[in-house]
Amino acid sequence: MEPLTRIQRDARPESMLLNMGPSHPAMHGTLRIMLELDGEKILNAEAEIGYLHRGFEKTCENKTYFNLLIYTDRLNYVSPLINNLGYVMTMEKMLGVTVPERAQLIRVLMSELSRVSDHLTCLAAMAMENGAFTVFLYMMKAREFLWDVIEFTTGARMTTSYIRIGGVRADLHPDWRGSLTTAIRETRQVLKDVSGLLDKNSIFLGRTRGVGAISREDALSYGWTGPCLRSTGIPYDVRKASPYLIYDRLSFEVPVGEFGDNYDRYSVRMREMEQSLRLLEQVAGLIPDAAPLSAGPTIEPSEAIARSRRQRTGERIRLSPNLEGYEKERLPGLVATDKPIAVPPKEDTYTTMEGLISHFLFFMSGKGIRPPKGDVYFSVEGGNGEVGFYIVSDGTDRPYRLHLRAPCFHLVAALEQLIKGRLIADVVPTFGSMNMIGGELDR
Amino acid sequence: MGQENLIEAIRAKLGDAVEGVSDSFGDAVLTLRSAAVRAVMAALREAPFEYAVLLDLTCVDFAAAEGRFELVYHLYSLTRNVRLRLKASLPAADPSVETLVGLWKNAEWLEREVFDMFGVRFEGHPYLKRILTYEGFEGHALRKSYPWRLEQPRIPLKGDV
Repeated sequence: MEPLTRIQRDARPESMLLNMGPSHPAMHGTLRIMLELDGEKILNAEAEIGYLHRGFEKTCENKTYFNLLIYTDRLNYVSPLINNLGYVMTMEKMLGVTVPERAQLIRVLMSELSRVSDHLTCLAAMAMENGAFTVFLYMMKAREFLWDVIEFTTGARMTTSYIRIGGVRADLHPDWRGSLTTAIRETRQVLKDVSGLLDKNSIFLGRTRGVGAISREDALSYGWTGPCLRSTGIPYDVRKASPYLIYDRLSFEVPVGEFGDNYDRYSVRMREMEQSLRLLEQVAGLIPDAAPLSAGPTIEPSEAIARSRRQRTGERIRLSPNLEGYEKERLPGLVATDKPIAVPPKEDTYTTMEGLISHFLFFMSGKGIRPPKGDVYFSVEGGNGEVGFYIVSDGTDRPYRLHLRAPCFHLVAALEQLIKGRLIADVVPTFGSMNMIGGELDR
Repeated sequence: MGQENLIEAIRAKLGDAVEGVSDSFGDAVLTLRSAAVRAVMAALREAPFEYAVLLDLTCVDFAAAEGRFELVYHLYSLTRNVRLRLKASLPAADPSVETLVGLWKNAEWLEREVFDMFGVRFEGHPYLKRILTYEGFEGHALRKSYPWRLEQPRIPLKGDV
């Protein structure tokens, strides 16, 4: 049979070809690395991706701008809120929407929580594959505390779809401050413990120091962004380079490494988490407590519907707990109300004719959110680099083309070069420190 | 150097390669002649422009509407902290363009993705092979002529009779 891949074609007859993956404990998600070996030494490598390809971009072309938000959750499934944010802010750039201050603060809060959990997951997996199982358990524990904060407010741990075009879906959970304080305290403690376990651990250092090193020139040439680029000493961070939301008003540092090796990628992520915790504390101080909902009796939706048949109802409606924080009174602080880009308040939909009409106009095919013609690119700083969306609009309610600039696509493209000439054992920490996320890589 | 001066400088240096300049929601967009893509990119990478990063490469299929494909490149300059979008139109029949492999290392994978999804050929690419789908996938999934949810034929396992 004709050899299909470059590595098979170019392999020397005396060397051994070995598949690592697609089903391999160290290939989180699925990725196949083909290795040409001389003993344990890697002479040549080829990475094959696409095992998690599910046609994200094609699907988006067939969904309305509102409906495709849920697919963005499933890109980088460790930090879905940042993907939501990237998509939503691209749309807002096109629509020319100003988001209320409170919603912006909540977005920063959610982004930073996601960033910490993203880094925790990456380092936990990387440490576990190097034998440090304790670190894995510690970091997963911290991540659960962070996800508690997210879950209280959004109702989901991962597939949140919380950040919506124009603002956020609902207000923060009434007890968010308590859970956030716990999460920050626990995460700080875990970071301290992990530092103690790994920073000067000779086994860990042996497998990371000087392994998988990349030069600044190569990192740029490969289009690296995020912590991996910063590990080479280039302080490029979208939050600093082109600040979005309110990042220009917050104080944080951009940690950088020196050698661009696995250890630097570990250490940059560790220090970035500390900065993110700082940001969380600042933002928590800036978010005012929600105004209490006006007192007075509330009535069931069914009762309100029955009454609205005879007259316009003025009473407050008891919304389902799934809509907690989405009361009409709170909406002006949470979503932009100057344009019909957010789901109309449920109270109106239930009880008034105009409300019902605007509800249908929002969800009907061909209506809803229709940005002007043109194309737009916008990016935010994701867990592992610049998450960019490129959207082409033809003026209808569905994108003509939607493209995701996935940061780890560029990272994994460099994998072959990083492991060439090294030992098989070096593949695992090098790959682990890149934070490859299948959902985002293969789209 | 401001964005306007920059565009002027690019036009002055590469005048005949640039077909048009526009602005889309605040993003600077240059439209290039497709034959000049590699030459322009090579010039933009060097001083005084210093677009050191190829941020992204993708393609848009206007084949049904206008009979063309449009390649979309995003460049980023670290020194000046600006992004630039470059577009080049290709004919719908047998679209091909010169590769950027050799200028940027991520171009190899980015171009493989565009080839896989749109069937655009990149002249001089050392290893133009499908990347997200598999060898034997029929058609190019992101072309508008490719139906959503089309089922692909099953591939027989090795040794199946």
